[in-house]
Amino acid sequence: MRTHSSTDARRRQTGRRHPLASIALIAIGLLSTGGAYALLTTTASAETTTASQDSISQGQKIFAANCATCHGMTASGTKDGPSLYGVGAASVDFQMGTGRMPLAYSGPQGVQRALQFTQTQIDDVAAYVASLAPGPGIPDQKYLNGDANVALGGELFRINCAMCHNVAGAGGALTEGKFAPSLKGVEARHVYEAMVTGPQNMPVFNDTNLTPQDKADIISFLKFQDQHASPGGVDLGSLGPVSEGLFIWIFGLGAIVGVTIWITARPN
Amino acid sequence: MTTAQDTTTTKATRSAPERGSRFTSGLANYLDERTSISGITKELGRKIFPDHWSFMLGEVALYSFIAILLSGTFLTFFFEPTMTQIHYDGSYVPLKGIEMSAAYASTLDISFDIRGGLLMRQVHHWAALLFVAAIGLHMLRVFFNGSFRKPRELNWIIGFVLFILAMGEGFTGYSLPDDLLSGNGLRIIDGMVKGIPLAGTWISYLLFGGEFPGSVIVPRLYSLHILLLPAILVAALGLHLLLMVINKHTQYAGPGRTNDNVVGVPIMPNFAAKAGGFFFVVFGVIVLISSFFTINPIWNYGPYDPSPISAGTQPDWYIGFADGALRLVPPGLEFVLWGHTWSFNILIPLIVIGIFIVAVMLYPFIEAWITGDKREHHITERPRNAPTRTAIGAAGVTFYAVLWAAAASDILATHFHLTIEAVTHSLQALLILGPIIAYLVTKRVCLALQKKDREIALHGYESGRMVRLPGGQYVEVHKELSDYERWRLVDYLNYKPLMIRPDAQGRIAPMQRVRAVLSRWFFEDRISPATRAELESGDNHH
Amino acid sequence: MAQHDGDPANAAGSELDKVSPREVPTGTAVVTSGAFENPGMPPHSPRVTDLDPKKDKTAERRVGGFFLLSIAASVFAIVAYIIFPIVPGNLSSVRVNNMLLGVGISVALLAIGLGAIYWAKNLMKDGEWMEHRHPTRGSEETRAAAAEVFALGNEESGFGRRTLIRRSLIGALVVSPLPAVVMFRDLAPAADPVALLEKTLWAKDVRLMRDPTNTPIKASDVTLGSVFHVIPENLADSADRLEEKAKAAVILMRLKPEDLHVSPERIDWNYQGIVAYSKICTHVGCPVALAEQHTHHLLCPCHQSQFDISHEAKVIFGPAKRPLPQLPITVDSQGYLVARSGFHEPVGPSFWERS
Repeated sequence: MRTHSSTDARRRQTGRRHPLASIALIAIGLLSTGGAYALLTTTASAETTTASQDSISQGQKIFAANCATCHGMTASGTKDGPSLYGVGAASVDFQMGTGRMPLAYSGPQGVQRALQFTQTQIDDVAAYVASLAPGPGIPDQKYLNGDANVALGGELFRINCAMCHNVAGAGGALTEGKFAPSLKGVEARHVYEAMVTGPQNMPVFNDTNLTPQDKADIISFLKFQDQHASPGGVDLGSLGPVSEGLFIWIFGLGAIVGVTIWITARPN
Repeated sequence: MTTAQDTTTTKATRSAPERGSRFTSGLANYLDERTSISGITKELGRKIFPDHWSFMLGEVALYSFIAILLSGTFLTFFFEPTMTQIHYDGSYVPLKGIEMSAAYASTLDISFDIRGGLLMRQVHHWAALLFVAAIGLHMLRVFFNGSFRKPRELNWIIGFVLFILAMGEGFTGYSLPDDLLSGNGLRIIDGMVKGIPLAGTWISYLLFGGEFPGSVIVPRLYSLHILLLPAILVAALGLHLLLMVINKHTQYAGPGRTNDNVVGVPIMPNFAAKAGGFFFVVFGVIVLISSFFTINPIWNYGPYDPSPISAGTQPDWYIGFADGALRLVPPGLEFVLWGHTWSFNILIPLIVIGIFIVAVMLYPFIEAWITGDKREHHITERPRNAPTRTAIGAAGVTFYAVLWAAAASDILATHFHLTIEAVTHSLQALLILGPIIAYLVTKRVCLALQKKDREIALHGYESGRMVRLPGGQYVEVHKELSDYERWRLVDYLNYKPLMIRPDAQGRIAPMQRVRAVLSRWFFEDRISPATRAELESGDNHH
Repeated sequence: MAQHDGDPANAAGSELDKVSPREVPTGTAVVTSGAFENPGMPPHSPRVTDLDPKKDKTAERRVGGFFLLSIAASVFAIVAYIIFPIVPGNLSSVRVNNMLLGVGISVALLAIGLGAIYWAKNLMKDGEWMEHRHPTRGSEETRAAAAEVFALGNEESGFGRRTLIRRSLIGALVVSPLPAVVMFRDLAPAADPVALLEKTLWAKDVRLMRDPTNTPIKASDVTLGSVFHVIPENLADSADRLEEKAKAAVILMRLKPEDLHVSPERIDWNYQGIVAYSKICTHVGCPVALAEQHTHHLLCPCHQSQFDISHEAKVIFGPAKRPLPQLPITVDSQGYLVARSGFHEPVGPSFWERS
């Protein structure tokens, strides 16, 4: 954290941004998350699934070829990427499974892109990383079905998530170019993993803050939103009054001005 | 309408032709004998209304207001304006069992349990957005046409009051469902009110009936929203239309159009059919939008709770400029002076917006004072023919637009992959520079267009056809304008800067000096309309 | 003031001013000599429907068609209302009801409108009518008569003459609305708002509870990088829950102790790097809840003020001036987080009496 803070402060002072700074930023972020887990794993249980030795060694190969440049051959981290000790399978599955890792480019934060690996490969890498040190595992399917309490999930979502992700999960802006992504269509597993691991600048919601059941409620709420189109019609991105205002000016008033021109145009 | 007139008109009605429906003439007779409506019909029925698309923008506002009244009345049958906390037991699953106010619950019921309720809610809200937008566009039309000049200055003020009332109606209505978005909007209002020196704390306390949020703000806003504000609005609207009838509508310069006549179509039947039809079109467009596009999905926002907030919390578009002003205020502007807190981070936006609004309201009087022209003006000016006014208008529009954009600074940041900080800083700079640039560019463009008009009026259009003269010289043939076409280009007013002259005592009043400075600013750069004399003297060259 | 400096009324070709018995100042308007003359109305060109009876008939049928379509659409809307009802709990039934009812109504309205306009444009008598304007100002006789009415009114009532009556009446009219002003006092309860604004439910040993589940928080629950949204333990029993929550909402985060820059007087306000800050923005009061794990920035989504939690929530960007007030915390004997005291300053937006 120390290094991270000073990097950050220096960047603000000089106003210049080293191309690798953001990677470092994220990397160090991941490091500290992992570190936090290693140090303070209390009730956030490490549900590491027992993986076969085959899978682990396969994962190690993939890791060495694709991840080691930044995270180091032994995943202990380099100046370009954090140590992955203790980040757990959940973190690997989220970062690689949503296409955030390997990084597409350096920016204020890692962005999603097309998946670079198959799920089996991701599972192998996750198994390898999980074998290094205990960390949060892949969530249990029973929390991901979307059949929990939608109303409570909605309330928890509004209090804990909506300020960044927007009440409808449409996403929103954070400081210095970072943003909370849209949650539309995100897989339940990845939502759960994001909550337990706190990727990038998202806070961690450990199991004492939001119990696995709470997380299941939130996931159920998000699934409900995904599955039900807005009863009022097209939702205009769920961005609220800004998109509504633009819409009425451009399309509403635009259409009506078109009509006024037709009304007053002389027929031939 | 005197009784004498009454009897004569009655006779006229009785001797109406036998052809046509007996019922209609009977009804007309019945009404006239009790209302002397024939006088009004005779007076107004064939009144001429000029035909131009931009003259219909005010109608859009009027018709959306009618749509608002109709849909709003429907909503009042179901809406419960109280903040009693209840547990929701309606049909929307994601809110089942959640504690909320009766106002919010009844809005959910309107949306999910009453057929057509959601449609009426959406009609009401879309029409409200359209209402204020149409007023705004109508005001811009009136401003850039100079249609606010004598004798219409008072109607400009009334229209301006309508604009403010419309925003007040909008904001009070926006707050009624007591959802998370509007609740946070009210919280911002509370914070702003508290920032007012001396009385702020007490105003907020009285407004909310105690501490924010209290349990009375929704019923209080409801009274304002459905009773007081609409009553004033309808009265002002009536006055606005009455004055329009008295002053008659303005018209564009054109052949046969003078300052003393109105050229157009009669109200009966042509204009009535068009305007009446247009009402149905506007209403139809609003309903069409409401059937396909969600507005204000309060079920997403959840009930108001002081702890949560949503990313992208914004007011409806017409309050955006005020919210933007709050966002753009420079950092650190709050001080403790003389034992009291001075929140300039709230006061400066309030003052700046206040000055802007008052300047808009008083502009007709300022311009009238500068020109000193006391004549009636019924010919609307093309914006280019009043370059300084148009440039001022463009600067004002830019200023407003920057504040408006600032209200969406976070959405601009995420959607254009910028940082919030960069967006805010750019908009802060633009708020100062934008209007200046807009002013200079617009004025130059107007003068250039005027020059072009002059060229065309004197030399005709460039036809694109090259001709070789006997001497070997090439010239482009210009197509001469007809007198009718030319008249549109040359019929405009031209003012010169004021020369100050000492009064009888040989003194020059300070206000006269100010007026002279302003007059020079307004009219120093001007292009006179082309004249026949110029056309005739320049006949032989191209 | 304008009267003397304008050019004498040449009236720039305006009939209005010529008929007017007085000279209307034209201000600084320039009268162009040798200007073009208004060429008068251009010749009228007929429409196809005026020339071709067949086209006229087609247009008539179209208008009728529009109106018939409107009837059909209205019937459709009624049918849709009945056969596509809302099934409680089924959101898509709401969507379908909204859409079909709306389409029916809007087509019915649009068809009436378009039909009427089409009728006016293509079939009603075409041409340009002209009407004269009259000066808005009343004629001299009318004005004189109006002035006479006022003079008579004044004369007959003695309004101008009887100064006692006039002045006392004006006084009475000015004073009469004052009771209404006084009556606004009871819009709010008798208590003094300032005292209310200065206190919250937080006090010594009040437990920090999770919002909304209202469960206490152990210090060990708050792992590094966590953010908890907190309400006071006694909120549930409070009579004014929303009002108290609006002041008492708190955000709880754990930072590494070396990341925290703590001023000497606040040395015991955090518990092992766990800090609690008021969530209510010091600008205009939105909940500042957007917490970034690694930068320790809190962002307000309303007006983008940013607070740095590692530096006692000082403002680093945006319109807010004051840092978020910090809630001093510690743990009780059972290891649950409790307030060490209430806030040391009023929370939320500034107000006049604040200091």
